[in-house]
Amino acid sequence: MNALDKESASPHGNRDAARPTNVLIVGVGGQGVLMVSKVLAALCQSEGFEVKQSEVHGMAKRGGSVFSHVRFGEQVWSPTIPRGEADIVVALEWAEGVRWLDHLKRDGGTFIADTQRIVPPISFRNRTRNAASAYAPETPAEVVALVGNGFALDATSMATGLGDRRVANTVLLGALSTVLPFAAEHWLAVIEQFVPAKTKDLNRRAFLAGRDWAVSAERVPAAAATDAVAQKVTARAIETAPAHLLTINEAWCKGCDICVKMCPERCLSLNARMVAELARPDACTACHLCEWLCPDFAIRIESAPAVKGAS
Amino acid sequence: MDHVLETRASARTPIAESSSAPAAQRAGRPLTGNEAIARGAWEAGIRVAAAYPGTPSTEIMESLADYPAEDLHAQWSTNEKVALDVAIGASFAGVRALASMKHVGLNVAADALMSLTYIGVNGGLVIVVCDDPGIHSSQNEQDTRLFSRFAMVPCLEPADAQEALVMTREAFDLSERFDTPVIIRSTTRLSHTRSLVTLGERTVPPSGHFREDPRKNVMVPAHARNRHPKLIEREAALRAYFATSGHVRWETGRRDIGIITAGTPYAYVKEVLPDASILKLPAAYPLPLDLIGRFCESVERVLVVEELEPAMETEIRAAGLKVEGKAFFPRVGELAPEVVRAGLESAGILEPQPKVEPWQLTPPARPPVLCSGCPHTMSYMALRALDARVAGDIGCYTLAALEPLRSIDTCVSMGSSIANAVGIAKAGTEAKPIIATIGDSTFLHAGIPPLIDAVYNDANITVIILDNHITAMTGGQDHPGTGRNLRGSETARVDFEQMVRACGVKWVRKVDSYNVAEMYQACREAAAFKGVAVVISDRPCVLDPVKIKGPPLEVQAKNCIACQSCMNLGCPALGWSEDMFEGHHKVRINAALCIGCTLCAQICPSDCIHPSVQ
Repeated sequence: MNALDKESASPHGNRDAARPTNVLIVGVGGQGVLMVSKVLAALCQSEGFEVKQSEVHGMAKRGGSVFSHVRFGEQVWSPTIPRGEADIVVALEWAEGVRWLDHLKRDGGTFIADTQRIVPPISFRNRTRNAASAYAPETPAEVVALVGNGFALDATSMATGLGDRRVANTVLLGALSTVLPFAAEHWLAVIEQFVPAKTKDLNRRAFLAGRDWAVSAERVPAAAATDAVAQKVTARAIETAPAHLLTINEAWCKGCDICVKMCPERCLSLNARMVAELARPDACTACHLCEWLCPDFAIRIESAPAVKGAS
Repeated sequence: MDHVLETRASARTPIAESSSAPAAQRAGRPLTGNEAIARGAWEAGIRVAAAYPGTPSTEIMESLADYPAEDLHAQWSTNEKVALDVAIGASFAGVRALASMKHVGLNVAADALMSLTYIGVNGGLVIVVCDDPGIHSSQNEQDTRLFSRFAMVPCLEPADAQEALVMTREAFDLSERFDTPVIIRSTTRLSHTRSLVTLGERTVPPSGHFREDPRKNVMVPAHARNRHPKLIEREAALRAYFATSGHVRWETGRRDIGIITAGTPYAYVKEVLPDASILKLPAAYPLPLDLIGRFCESVERVLVVEELEPAMETEIRAAGLKVEGKAFFPRVGELAPEVVRAGLESAGILEPQPKVEPWQLTPPARPPVLCSGCPHTMSYMALRALDARVAGDIGCYTLAALEPLRSIDTCVSMGSSIANAVGIAKAGTEAKPIIATIGDSTFLHAGIPPLIDAVYNDANITVIILDNHITAMTGGQDHPGTGRNLRGSETARVDFEQMVRACGVKWVRKVDSYNVAEMYQACREAAAFKGVAVVISDRPCVLDPVKIKGPPLEVQAKNCIACQSCMNLGCPALGWSEDMFEGHHKVRINAALCIGCTLCAQICPSDCIHPSVQ
């Protein structure tokens, strides 16, 4: 079946003509937020609209949160979209979609998000036992229910299935095309200007896959939803108090400094007598590294059972 | 008004049905503010342009380098003062010249600017300064309009890319007509917003030549005393000019409220209060006070809407006119339609909008991080182990101040690290080893005089030069240490080791940034050395000039003891797997992100990280 033949509702096509349409595109540095917004801006221009496209470079490039405002209409003044006035939020990464959701118009805004998760390094900082990574706990099903008009699709898996995960952005453009009043062939013509020549066919298939998916009724992929739910209600979130004991045999320690230098959490130090001591007991995770590396067997760690009172 | 809306609606109809027939494309080319400024300068016939990269100004010089080399010489300079001095030289020689920089770059160039304003120009000279309200990528949000008043240099404020092009083009005429340098003040929002721009043609003014005029060109006290009164005369003449400039927009609307504004805030005012009377000024300095007086008389109440400092408001009030402004609008951060609306609400001009309860969502923090395989990572991992007092500097590596590397204690301004370390050492209060870390481009920008200072004053510090062969933070620009210039041709290359030795440093060692053991050892030895020691940590940036991607590594989960040692690199390719060991997550490597730098493998105490076997 061919997504080109389908009639889409285009909820953002026939509104108050004097007001510009606001599309906020968000993601993580390096994902191609800029490419998506350039395609949209070029398309809007070719359809006869004034377009303003605004983004911030610099620190955002280094794996940080990236956003691009695209506004089009008969006349566009402000380059940025006020909070709560985005007609559409397109998220290339799930948590970024959640972060920018408050920019979406409450009444009739459309949310289109890839459910793929890019967990930032800082989310793995919790060193307590049985800690879970810090990530958006809201499930796609919950968020889609919240916004009313939401599409949460696993574009990255769809793109991987088509042969290259990098066309996930084009899958999302396909989904986006169903809520804007532009013909699919026009979208494809503009996309072809922005992608390498040899990937034209792949991008075309990716666009149609996204468009096909969006016009079908099933909007939240069951697999992605359960996965996230499972993460949310994980029983392993029970934290226990430090249940280990680190002891240093002062008579055996010769102050070689190896444990101090190698402790991943920087909790050991040499005291005035050049003997190792546990300076920050709270930070100790009982990883045993110092115990194993000590050439004099001067350090000993005793661990208590990991989880207590689970039932 | 109804008629206008009617026209718009009917114009819109065929577009909404465009699925059947393509509508006429809008005229103009989509350009960012920076690209438009470059285009305007090219159209004005500039012959020389110089800059030091700095967000959000960098793309101006990069765009200028896209124009033919026969049209203009464009160059990266070692710092902003050098760039401005190069432009001043070109102006002396009778051609039009441009220097561009970010707002804090003007601090570096200020010494030259403060003399230049007395000297004036021969060929037109324009300084483009890009402010960063909201501090997206800077160390402060200083307001260049105050600087322009201080230097008595006119400060043009374009509101969009089209104006940026036209104002830049005309700024050179203005510069020559009034014998003054001209500042074009952009902001992040203008520089990085793309909108449709109608282009013009390039017209090169007849070639000038050096004009011998010592009383104007040689700023000794006797000459400078004669030049200062000319500045006062020039200010008055510019004031009169800006009352009649084509870029003044007096839009008559409601009589009860008038808005005075300039630059990008104009767009926010039009968005939020389109029916107000508006006086949009082309320049924040000098202000056409007579015109402003007439505008104030024409309406009942006047608000000044400006970003950051009350630069216009203060001067208008000082002239005895009754205006309001910063009582309702913030002095900090970037303006936006919602901020202007909130200000107008608190001023009682707009009805308060019903408050919408924010959704209670909890996305994770996502601060920017050093790239996977970033050569800076190991330098800071070594410092983390050394437990040193580290004076940092400006560059990507400032990110090492955050968890998990958390090994930078200070960051002040370009080149500050070395002299800050000297001061910490001379204060005599610090027991830890004192280290300064500075990138290659930053070292060339402002790090050499303080290094000489450190040697001259025999400071007991260690300097780590993080040489990644590029200006990375701003997106990969060449500098004198890369051996290539702005247009990509080969040129002389600074040898850091020789240079450091020539400054008198006795202990110098160059280390491969990917060699964990050598890096630890070099840092320990350097810290133990009494006097100035320099470690050059050497590896190219993984993004520029070429994106580096080697075969990825893999964690052999059965041997991983979940000690999290590798996680302390903060590498974005490293994450947790669901597999646990004694209550902690084992580590998993994202093959798509891993570039195979092997730092984690070298750090791993259980030797469980190896190249992946297919």
